[in-house]
Amino acid sequence: MSTNPSNESGARREPPAGERVADWADGRLGIYSLAKANMRKIFPDHWSFMLGEVCMYSFIIIILTGVYLTLFFHPSMNEVVYDGSYVPLQGQLMSEAFNSTMHISFEVRGGLLIRQIHHWAALIFLAGMFVHMMRVFFTGAFRKPREVNWLFGFLLFVLGMFTGFTGYSLPDDLLSGTGVRFMEGAILSVPIVGTYISMFLYGGEFPGHDFVARFYSIHILLLPGIMLGLMVAHLILVFYHKHTQFAGPGKTNNNVVGMPLLPVYMAKAGGFFFLVFGVIAAIAAIASINPIWGIGPYRADQVSTGAQPDWYMGFAEGLIRVMPGWEINLWGHTLVLGVFIPLVIFPLVLAAIAVYPFIESWVTGDKREHHILDRPRNAPTRTAFGVAWLTAYLVMLVGGGNDLWATHFHLSINAITWFVRITFFVGPVLAFIITKRICLGLQRRDRDKVLHGRESGIIKRLPHGEFIEVHEPLSQEQLHTLTAHEQYQPAEIGPLVDENGVERKLKGSQKLRAKLSTAYFGEENQIPKPTAEEYKEITSGHGHH
Amino acid sequence: MSSQDIPEENLPAEQESAAGEVADERNPFADPGLPPHEPRIQDIDERAAKRSERTVALLFTLSMLAAVGFIASYLAIPVDKSIYVFPLGHVSALNFALGLTLGVALFAIGAGAVHWARTLMSDVEVADERHPIEASPEVKAKVMADFRQGAKESAIGRRKLIRTTMFGALTVVPLSSLFLLGGLGPKPGTKLRHTAWRNGKLLVNMNTNQPMRPSDVAVGSLTFAKPEGLEEHDEEFQNEIAKAALMLVRLEPVDIKDKKELEWSHEGIVAYSKICTHVGCPISLYEQQTHHVLCPCHQSTFDLSDGARVIFGPAGHALPQLRIGVNADGYLEALGDFEEPVGPAFWERG
Amino acid sequence: MKKLSARRRHPLAAVVVLLLALAATGGLYAAFAPASKAQADETAQSLAIEEGKKLYQVGCASCHGTGGQGSSDGPSLVGVGAAAVDFQVGTGRMPAATSQGAQVPRKKTIYTQAEIDQLAAFVASLGAGPAVPTTNEYSPEGADLGRGGELFRQNCAQCHNFTGKGGALTHGKFAPTLEGVSPKHLYEAMQTGPQNMPSFPDTTLSSENKKDIIAYLDAVNSDETKNPGGLELGGLGPVSEGLFAWIFGLGALIAVAVWVAARTAKAKKS
Repeated sequence: MSTNPSNESGARREPPAGERVADWADGRLGIYSLAKANMRKIFPDHWSFMLGEVCMYSFIIIILTGVYLTLFFHPSMNEVVYDGSYVPLQGQLMSEAFNSTMHISFEVRGGLLIRQIHHWAALIFLAGMFVHMMRVFFTGAFRKPREVNWLFGFLLFVLGMFTGFTGYSLPDDLLSGTGVRFMEGAILSVPIVGTYISMFLYGGEFPGHDFVARFYSIHILLLPGIMLGLMVAHLILVFYHKHTQFAGPGKTNNNVVGMPLLPVYMAKAGGFFFLVFGVIAAIAAIASINPIWGIGPYRADQVSTGAQPDWYMGFAEGLIRVMPGWEINLWGHTLVLGVFIPLVIFPLVLAAIAVYPFIESWVTGDKREHHILDRPRNAPTRTAFGVAWLTAYLVMLVGGGNDLWATHFHLSINAITWFVRITFFVGPVLAFIITKRICLGLQRRDRDKVLHGRESGIIKRLPHGEFIEVHEPLSQEQLHTLTAHEQYQPAEIGPLVDENGVERKLKGSQKLRAKLSTAYFGEENQIPKPTAEEYKEITSGHGHH
Repeated sequence: MSSQDIPEENLPAEQESAAGEVADERNPFADPGLPPHEPRIQDIDERAAKRSERTVALLFTLSMLAAVGFIASYLAIPVDKSIYVFPLGHVSALNFALGLTLGVALFAIGAGAVHWARTLMSDVEVADERHPIEASPEVKAKVMADFRQGAKESAIGRRKLIRTTMFGALTVVPLSSLFLLGGLGPKPGTKLRHTAWRNGKLLVNMNTNQPMRPSDVAVGSLTFAKPEGLEEHDEEFQNEIAKAALMLVRLEPVDIKDKKELEWSHEGIVAYSKICTHVGCPISLYEQQTHHVLCPCHQSTFDLSDGARVIFGPAGHALPQLRIGVNADGYLEALGDFEEPVGPAFWERG
Repeated sequence: MKKLSARRRHPLAAVVVLLLALAATGGLYAAFAPASKAQADETAQSLAIEEGKKLYQVGCASCHGTGGQGSSDGPSLVGVGAAAVDFQVGTGRMPAATSQGAQVPRKKTIYTQAEIDQLAAFVASLGAGPAVPTTNEYSPEGADLGRGGELFRQNCAQCHNFTGKGGALTHGKFAPTLEGVSPKHLYEAMQTGPQNMPSFPDTTLSSENKKDIIAYLDAVNSDETKNPGGLELGGLGPVSEGLFAWIFGLGALIAVAVWVAARTAKAKKS
């Protein structure tokens, strides 16, 4: 490895210091074997493959800044009188949690910056995970062998939401306290055990004296600990499976084309960490986040309009806001459907996207490994499902901010609520249909491009006066790229009678699968890609236009 | 659920057949293979490479300078100094200086490294082979044999008593830890059913901390009240006010549509729980012309002139009303506790 | 139907009911009414009333009736007091456009302060009501900011947001932003409860309390307000922060990622 000339000239000379350290480590950790497999590992280049890195780096930034914040934060709900430097709060009663957050923001040098980096990084972490998840979804990167890693990623997103929520609650300010109060109401709506869970969580009645300390250990230890483990596992699997790639010349299901970890990706990925940190630090310098001094300390009898959670909980907030107030009283008990139904829909909607890979693999019956990514258009049903899911999600985000829509667009809050109620059901259906049609249209265009060439924009006049646009044939690279995707045939149930003439019993699941398979891959649901024969027939003989 | 019920021929053609294949004359779509590497300017022109080198070095130097600026800002700028920065407004000078210098210091390192990688490191694309994740049948057979051997040697299959009691112990022992969680809080009991209001407790104005006379409360006004004796610095203030918070408005008695509401009011002054029956936000967006109160959290809307019934939004039942009257000294007082639990509904509410 | 009746009751019904309350309780405001001042300067006052009446006949009478008795287009102004007039006309809400939406918005003032004073004097002469507060009453000097913040969160923030950025009410109504509202108008709004805003009379929110609230707003919602963290993003809380994180945070990072992953330009352009 070493190109040190002294090493080559005299074998008896001592190897350089770096090599000796490496030797020492190898004798104990086996690092050479590890490096042999990984040092020149190939990573493909695509901007969307760096979304996961955005998440990982913002997570690291969150941990670094979070550790700093713990040095100053007091997770206590003891009431103290504020006497810090922010005049409009002087003399006010507040919890020590709020007081210490004020101290971090106003008296600790750089404390405000670290607080803002921490919070901005958290919002970006969640946004990054969301986009990363969508990238994986729409390109079909979740297929075998990556289903487990998809679930790890999904869990990271969900845990990230709750880590974020507990962190948002720690300063014990009027905004987050309202969110914690909402959480109490939501827990109380759980049939039978709701009141018990609430009493156990808050150490008695809301707000009690315990929740900040309890959320603190959940926020800084329990959830991030699990997330760190999951993230390491996620990364190990990425290394182990090797990265997926888009179809292209020289890129097959059996290789991965790109540049080696050492040196290119070491520099690019390592550099990207600093780029992410730099951007977030600059954002924290110019934009304020969660200015608790303006929000004020929590009081159970005070509230402000515009009471919203951070964006990643906005979807749940929307569900809660637009649900009709159903409540059933029977046999001396209350079923609080108005709160409990959204509480159940929330995990169900998330689960819908999480289990999708397993549904798709059941429908296709495909047991092979997939390392070539799909272009979203080439999997119209999956893409349409994803867009429908996103539509439901976005509609609920709108619902979660209905009051701000009302004030900023001069609308009636009641009208927006009704709009969201209806669109939550209608929107995804429309989105599904439209997306599928767009995908099929794009498939047709690809097909035309392969068969008839690229529109060159050059208009030619034929001897008999007709104007035509000259189409240029595609290169072999382009032809290959546009036809590299695979197309499934719909699964058939097979003969209804077996070879002995006995009627086969068909399970409902088999029939359902055949139906779904037709919906995915039937005649109307994908455009057959051009075959070599079609191509030859068109390209041979007459000039094409 | 298995692949058997899909005929094999329905699966798409195995990709392996096309993979790594040499471009086939007969197949126009065949993979032409990796395109040949084309050099960048920096690969063929040493001056361009030198320029790149200088850019990278400049970026790293900039990072150092910014870091020095960070340290200088930390040491020099007072923590409470405010400066006007367009368009940000009056911002903390320290936060702004630290954030920007840190941002530049970090970004420049990253930009330098990436520029280095993009322009000076080799950009020849290489292909790595993939290997199937699944083990070969031989490996699988060996593992299964080892497992069976191990299981046999442990005799877990033969000595059922051991197996049963072991699973029993492993199930029961964790149960004990569940009981530790019992100490997290008290049982609910009837805590959610009572508030600090009692018969004869004066309504104390939250703003002035004084009891009120009916004449203090004007039609169209909004006032918040707490039970007498409950003070802000009390240990249990938050827990008590979370249930006892009261909203006081005065309507024209002729405007009150609900008979019970009128009975429980005093000269048109009605007292309602401030805690939303949806999930407990302090609700008090009172529109004095419509007599509606709106919850700022989830937009439940209640009609205070009609028993505070729900007219919009996710709340499931009306706001509880507190029965009020006037004591011998002419001050407003409660005539008992709320008759139903305040705040969000729960299973035992009934 | 609801909308129609709400419009008909626009926009001074608040002050009408306030008057009834005052009549019923014996007119606490009498103590505040600058009766002695009016007597001391009676001729000037009656002149102002005379001038105000002329202005009233031109600008207000078509809706509020020639004698301020009200009509189907506007509420009675008898007893609303000078404070209500000073607020409504001074913030440009009155005169209202002929067709309004859910509520009458703040707009450019079309009367001079002198004319407003004359109008106020005329309307005050129709029946006793709260007078325009004196500088002493509303000036934020010497007030307790911390107490003002607490009172603001107790009484105002539920509609106007933590630092007075405004918020939504039902059916298109809204609590307006308090940015740039003068201390006098803030005081008058609390005192009189314009449109759907409830009133906070001195009996329940003392003059001292109001002063504290005004001082607090002056500290947290003005051009001079310090936002140590940087851009306040509208002061709207997590929604605008989330949008900012998506657009400028993740947006910038994706732009950077595109640069990192893009192929470097080749020497030979094909």
